[in-house]
Amino acid sequence: MEDPRIVPAGDAALLVEFPARIDPATSARVIALAEAVRARSGAKVRDLVVGYCSLTVYFDPLTLDAGWLASELRALTANVPASLSADGALIDVPVCYGGEFGPDLGEVAARAACSEEEVVALHSGRTYRVYVVGFVPGFPYMAALDPRLAVPRRATPRTKVPAGSVAIAAGQTGIYPMETPGGWHLLGRTPLRPYDAARREPFLFRPGDRVRFQPIDRAQFEKVAGAQ
Amino acid sequence: MRHLSIVRPGMLTTIQDRGRWGRQASGVPVAGPMDVYSHRLANRLVGNDDDAAALEITIIGPELEAEDDMVCAIAGAEFAVAVDGVPAPLSRPFTLASGARLRFGERLAGARASLAVAGGIAVEPVFGSRATSVISHMGPLGGRPLVAGDRLPIGSTTPGGLPAGTPLPLPRGGATVRVILGPHDHWFTPEAVRTLLETRFVVTPQSNRMGYRLEGAPLSHSAGSDILSDATPIGSLQVPGSGQAILLMADRQTTGGYPKIATVVTADLPIAGQLAPGDWIAFMACTPADALEALHAQEARLAGTR
Repeated sequence: MEDPRIVPAGDAALLVEFPARIDPATSARVIALAEAVRARSGAKVRDLVVGYCSLTVYFDPLTLDAGWLASELRALTANVPASLSADGALIDVPVCYGGEFGPDLGEVAARAACSEEEVVALHSGRTYRVYVVGFVPGFPYMAALDPRLAVPRRATPRTKVPAGSVAIAAGQTGIYPMETPGGWHLLGRTPLRPYDAARREPFLFRPGDRVRFQPIDRAQFEKVAGAQ
Repeated sequence: MRHLSIVRPGMLTTIQDRGRWGRQASGVPVAGPMDVYSHRLANRLVGNDDDAAALEITIIGPELEAEDDMVCAIAGAEFAVAVDGVPAPLSRPFTLASGARLRFGERLAGARASLAVAGGIAVEPVFGSRATSVISHMGPLGGRPLVAGDRLPIGSTTPGGLPAGTPLPLPRGGATVRVILGPHDHWFTPEAVRTLLETRFVVTPQSNRMGYRLEGAPLSHSAGSDILSDATPIGSLQVPGSGQAILLMADRQTTGGYPKIATVVTADLPIAGQLAPGDWIAFMACTPADALEALHAQEARLAGTR
């Protein structure tokens, strides 16, 4: 695999950037690098952000030399395995598709020239990889979507997307952990909570996890939601 | 425990410490002060640690009432401040006696003031931080700005403290800040980089703690305007397809999908945090070595050793 470029992102962060593509091997390498940095220099760096094909390492320039950190990252990059060993958990996510939970299901079906049932089958018919957790606490960016479901972001974002909404845009699928503005197309809703401050592990998803969506009906949705 | 109560909240008053670092990989925004220098200075003036929670006051200040005796200090934006009608000092500690009302009046310069209380605002930390992230509803009080009737617990004071220096000069109508180009400057035309460094931009009213939407000559991309989402450091200038840059500030999200042409250096973030809508901003390129030298000089100023 090609070497990444390591460049400053301002004076308090370094960006380790692999060639731009959404693929599991690059993602696995980024995650393995993040784990190596955490294990070796965790106390010295301020924060890490895993991107689709990049790792950003935040540091305090008053206490850490950027040149030293860059050489450290270069050495770690050369040594991390590019295998898929960084795959995480397999998580099943129940989704009640359509209706008031998935107001864009019809439009997505029309764009894909198929029925709503076929959109549900396409969306729930494969296993996705969590590439990035970002935007707001716990939001998983997942790929790859079936190419037939390729829709751009909505021209006008909604000012309020309900928590639990399962959405697609630009070849990706995601789950809104909390009510926020959002520009993705809403296909359904899950009773699971990607972020729950009261849970022992507040964040359901981590980069490298694999996710399967399972269609459920409204009654099952209420049952799971009530059990949480 | 002693309390400080909110009579009027002002435009946007939030509890901030130095930020919720360490969980951005789970999408947790850092938040923290827009002007971290003034936050630290106000804390030092009352004998707190740099990281103690203080109030960040925006454009239109609040009115507060001390339920017990406490020592306060205000740093950052210059407001006409009075305690029970008597002018109170800026960048100097003063006592707020039990029952006294602290009122922020006219804003004379800058955009944001930090109000520190000796002992710190003793709200419960969330993931180790008392910073308020309005966008992700995270932090004390469920991550919301203060409202009338809030009662803030004040911690107990401890002896010691850090040396306190002098305030930074406030911008008067605008400011030039230093940037390190990149990390995606190669996504832009050479003209776009020249435009960034040679023209002025205006902070528009569509600006908040998340970021400043800037208006100016468009910055043209040479290779499209969608990158695969990556980290969004504070101070980065992300440029969507419109060519109008957004300067990402304290409440930015953890990741973004637009290329970043340049990033404001740490030493100049405090002055950027003092800009208000209508102010101009200009950018000057520097090297990481220049940035570090400026930061060391600023630390010496904060400690009063120069």
